[in-house]
Amino acid sequence: MTPLGWWGVPLAVLGGAVRVSTPFLFVSLGECITERSGRINLGLEGILVTGAMTGYAVSYVTGNPWVGLLAAAIAGAVLGLVHGLVCSLPRVNDIAAGIGLMLLGTGLAFFLGKPYVQPKAPTLPSISLGGWSDSPQIQAALQVNPLFVIGLALAWTLAWAFRNTRWGLVVRMVGDSSDAARAMGYGVRRVRTGATALGGLLAGVGGSFLSLYYPGSWSEGLSSGQGLMAVALVIFARWDPLQCFYAALLFGGAGALGPALQSVGITSGYYLFNAAPYVLTLGIMVATCSPRRTLSGAPGELSINR
Amino acid sequence: MTGQRLGAAAETLAIPIGALASALVVFGIFLAALGRDPLEVYALIHRGAFASAFSWQNTLARAAPLVLTALCVALPARVGLMIIGGEGALVLGGLAAAVIGHGLIGTAPLTVKLAMAAGAMTIGASWIVLAGALRHYRGVNETISSLLLTYIAIAVFNHLVEGPLRDPASLNKPSTAPIGDVNMLGQLPGLDVHWGLGFGLVLCAAMYVLVHHTTYGFAFRVVGGNARAGRLAGLPVGRLLLVACALGGAAAGLAGMVEVAAVHGTANASLIAGYGYGGIVIAFIARHNPLAIVPVALLVGGLAASGGMLQRRLDLPDATVQVLQGVAFMLILASEALYGRIRIFQPRDG
Repeated sequence: MTPLGWWGVPLAVLGGAVRVSTPFLFVSLGECITERSGRINLGLEGILVTGAMTGYAVSYVTGNPWVGLLAAAIAGAVLGLVHGLVCSLPRVNDIAAGIGLMLLGTGLAFFLGKPYVQPKAPTLPSISLGGWSDSPQIQAALQVNPLFVIGLALAWTLAWAFRNTRWGLVVRMVGDSSDAARAMGYGVRRVRTGATALGGLLAGVGGSFLSLYYPGSWSEGLSSGQGLMAVALVIFARWDPLQCFYAALLFGGAGALGPALQSVGITSGYYLFNAAPYVLTLGIMVATCSPRRTLSGAPGELSINR
Repeated sequence: MTGQRLGAAAETLAIPIGALASALVVFGIFLAALGRDPLEVYALIHRGAFASAFSWQNTLARAAPLVLTALCVALPARVGLMIIGGEGALVLGGLAAAVIGHGLIGTAPLTVKLAMAAGAMTIGASWIVLAGALRHYRGVNETISSLLLTYIAIAVFNHLVEGPLRDPASLNKPSTAPIGDVNMLGQLPGLDVHWGLGFGLVLCAAMYVLVHHTTYGFAFRVVGGNARAGRLAGLPVGRLLLVACALGGAAAGLAGMVEVAAVHGTANASLIAGYGYGGIVIAFIARHNPLAIVPVALLVGGLAASGGMLQRRLDLPDATVQVLQGVAFMLILASEALYGRIRIFQPRDG
């Protein structure tokens, strides 16, 4: 039993949520931008894994984790661009292209990342907010990573930009009505391809968190499907970047609940807690959909709404 | 066959084959850039996949579950549903088969096998029908719900296999209790390949006949082409959607039963091997045609079978074949844009 006893559970969940939620946050923000432009990218899982591998490899070669982070972002943007361009072709199904990107991204990452499984690359530093406390558990829970802070700022910025900037309005218009966008003289394909590439960039950053901060190494089993979950997260968050932040915390916390309860002796149901976010997302979809009405808040051009 | 149909048939063959050839070129350039000899790699892939009886056996064993999970995508696709949750149906079907197989130990083996198949198909069908019903009655998007259902299925599977259903004898790899050797599916007569492949071939042929040569299958395709037109023509759209989902889900559940009863002998994490996602790829390359699924599954299975040989002989990572598969799939998808654009395949007086 831990010194904090039962109080250790919420603390561990909070700490775990902050620690685990960062990749969720980045992939969901990326998916949010992509879906707001009217396209879905199921391949963020492949981008996430590629970002993790690229970030780790570049950090190892250059000795600077921030350069690794940048490289992961670029790799993610390139793969996002591939998806964007393939989906811009006529009659290409964006769901299938996403599955293809998932295969391609994970394959490339495992192929090129083979030599980097063993060596130890420099990882990102963490910001300690728990210095005031003597309890090592509280200190551990308040070890905040820089990407979490960046992600939070990004969620705010995006929410603001979607409402208040020309760029945000154009993306939303393209996503809600391509006819309106065309009438206004904006290139629908160009905006969507750009939004998909930007979404890929963010997913690449989310991947680099996995290899450069927590767990902080590169291996083939690094991702536990965070990229695939992005789609569910964005629905859960109703296509709102700020809600994406809370949803990411919730998804991360649900994953941390199992281990936290294990530390106080409750060992069963571990996997069922992991499934809780999916059950919740499905519940929300069932509750808000009807045969005559799609999900509220969903971009009108999104293929999953038709 | 008229010239027009001949042209269309040639087009559906030439475009994917051309895309596949360009994938080989692109991947060859990738290999060459890394200092590898692409021809040597392709020769080894051929040897590992199709050159000997042993490699064929390996290829066919890997293709068997893929044929069945591909049906789980292709059949709903014919009524216009985009189901990507075959993995969940497979996993639960396998679990059901393992539980039934163990529970009926001592009964006549044929009864056990039939009960395992029936149980696996029922649970697989119900799982996918759930996604179809949510779509039809509540308007919930079936792609997303089937993906979510897959995660829920895997969580339930892990919970049961590592908890209540765990065989205490399985120490480092949590598994359910074994179904026993007498209850295992045997080999197809004359071949060193288990019965799963036979199930896949029979189902593909049956589904081809159903979809392309019966009135009921015609109704599927009408609904898939335009559900509103189908409703106006008096077709029972909801029932057709659910039947297509049930058939697809039953195929994926059967894939789980085959993996348990012909390969592992018990249900454990080896079932979650991505066959559901492989099936999506195959169904799309086959353009949701049940007969085309078989050769495509053989190609994909052969590619997977040759991974080990590439690793042993050339010291290439086992993900090599996955990269090739990803490149090929992306290019084949992109080649969809070419249909109707190449002059020589079009009727003259169009």
